[in-house]
Amino acid sequence: MAGTQHLLEVKNLTTRFHTEDGVVHAVNDVSYTLNEGDTLGVVGESGCGKSVHALSIMRLIQIPPGEIAGGEVIFRGRDLLKLSDDDMRKVRGAEIAMIFQDPMTSLNPVKTVGFQIMEALMLHKGMDKASARERTVELLTLVGIPEAAQRVDDYPHQFSGGMRQRAMIAMGLSCDPSILIADEPTTALDVTIQAQIIDLVKRLQHKFGMTVIWITHDLGVVAGLARRVNVMYAGRIIESGPVKEIYANPHHPYTVGLLGSLPSHGGRTSARLFSIPGEPPDLVGLPPGCAFAPRCQYQTPRCFKETPSLEEVGLGHTAACWEKDKVRRV
Amino acid sequence: MAEAINTGSETREVLLHVEGLKKYFPIRRGVFQRHIGDVKAVDDVSFDVYRGETLGLVGESGCGKTTTGRTIIRIYEPTAGHVIFKGQDLATLRANEMREMRRSMQMIFQDPYASLNPRMSVLKIVGEPLEVFRLANKEERRERVAHLLQLVGLNPDFMVRYPHEFSGGQRQRIGLARSLALNPDLIICDEPISALDVSIQAQVVNLLEDLQEELGLTYIFIAHDLSMVRHISDRVAVMYLGKIVELTDRDALYARPLHPYTQALLSAIPVPDPVIEESRQRILLEGDLPSPANPPKGCNFCTRCPQVQDICEQEEPAFIEVEPGHFCACHFVTPATQSLQ
Repeated sequence: MAGTQHLLEVKNLTTRFHTEDGVVHAVNDVSYTLNEGDTLGVVGESGCGKSVHALSIMRLIQIPPGEIAGGEVIFRGRDLLKLSDDDMRKVRGAEIAMIFQDPMTSLNPVKTVGFQIMEALMLHKGMDKASARERTVELLTLVGIPEAAQRVDDYPHQFSGGMRQRAMIAMGLSCDPSILIADEPTTALDVTIQAQIIDLVKRLQHKFGMTVIWITHDLGVVAGLARRVNVMYAGRIIESGPVKEIYANPHHPYTVGLLGSLPSHGGRTSARLFSIPGEPPDLVGLPPGCAFAPRCQYQTPRCFKETPSLEEVGLGHTAACWEKDKVRRV
Repeated sequence: MAEAINTGSETREVLLHVEGLKKYFPIRRGVFQRHIGDVKAVDDVSFDVYRGETLGLVGESGCGKTTTGRTIIRIYEPTAGHVIFKGQDLATLRANEMREMRRSMQMIFQDPYASLNPRMSVLKIVGEPLEVFRLANKEERRERVAHLLQLVGLNPDFMVRYPHEFSGGQRQRIGLARSLALNPDLIICDEPISALDVSIQAQVVNLLEDLQEELGLTYIFIAHDLSMVRHISDRVAVMYLGKIVELTDRDALYARPLHPYTQALLSAIPVPDPVIEESRQRILLEGDLPSPANPPKGCNFCTRCPQVQDICEQEEPAFIEVEPGHFCACHFVTPATQSLQ
């Protein structure tokens, strides 16, 4: 797709952490592009690097022990990794906003919810207090907080979990960002509240044409929300493609295993679940070759020596597996 | 009183009979710790568990499912009600009698990091129940632990290791081995897989099913993940704000939920299939769960129910059998409306 300007282009992003136990290779050589209005789902299990990759894009990795060891993050023609701290601060919140898994720890408990949203408006948009407050009430109403004009002066502990996450979304939206990165925003919530939040984000996206990166371990959430999916394992994207393609026709054995280990919706409920043997690898001192090889039923000697890279298996669908042509959905 | 109830053609043994179980946590305020109210965590819950089955107990956080499990096994003292297990009412047993009883009912917990003592080796953890009940000498204990570890799919050589050397899935296996040490009849599984990664969840669920088949275990499986509950359970009870709102066979519940809350809950589960998701209609509930310290008058669900009527805010619906084996607590679901459909 050379020539066309992507909204976001991540190239060979690599993030490491230097710990007492050794170097943790959290994100390894991650590349993808994102166009305006896209919804990208990033799926993987804990420790696969999905959150760290997002924090690296936002430059929220603590250095040290962290280190963004290489790569580029091109946003509207500029490499975010090369910006000065001041310039980066202007991007964060204003152009790329992020919401986190745990709304209780990401809101300041001693400041009112309203103040925390107004702060961003006054800082990034140069609004005065009165107009910032007005806009905050509008935003809280937009995300479905009842009686927003009164609730704007509440403290976070006076909000329920679902309301806090709505307030976080209001904060994320406050400066009309081009990209919203949502890092497991519904994982701590109940399913009925999760359904409310997903519905809200979909509606807002439709209304404002926002680009969304939704990070989750829940393959069900991604199915209902995303247009494209990146599946991550041990810090790498191992499969990427349009959501329907990935679910109907997965080509990486890990994706196949993940889908197979979910109980099916309707139909053969009493059948045994397919389970991937073994455990995810330790990211300290990853052995050479494909990180999934020790757990893989398609393994060959080559898998333990050479690391496969993403190769086309369908239209806009790539997989990183030496045996990708043999892999079948279970 | 392990009585047999005749349901149609087959006879099933009731292993556990819970009747009118309540657990209130008092709220106290002020210098004199005045009793000003109660958190009604479990409020009048009744159900049976048949030998050899898996009863799923589902609901959102704060609905009382975990408290129900803990009150059955008397980690919490029940406020009212009866728990009849193998003919004895557990709610009235003295502490030492209860300890004997716990040999045949065990619990596994949600957090595999908090439920194993980090200073004890696996041998000590899994062998402790045998030690407490003086069931084996040192050598026998070692053998039994090795056997138990094998049973849950761990290498018996691991018995000299400590919990921090294991992953979450392996720890959950250790907890399971410990609960199996005394050959229990009933295991209460309190969200045993929700702290685990998807690929590991499937391993643990398969293990639970294998063990049930091999050892004839009965499970109460407490979870908020409805798709996993559907997979593992024979019957499912749905809880909302301290009460069971619907209880029936797994297939009936998922195919034809009767209670409006069950309907909303099922429609909220994301389905891992983009084609189905595209065309699905969701019942979106408004608002949040009310506080169990101050439940609404009438039906507990009346503040969020899409089909709410005047009567719902006045009278509490009874938990009735609307068709054989299918219980529901809603004013608008009655045996009569069932026959009409």
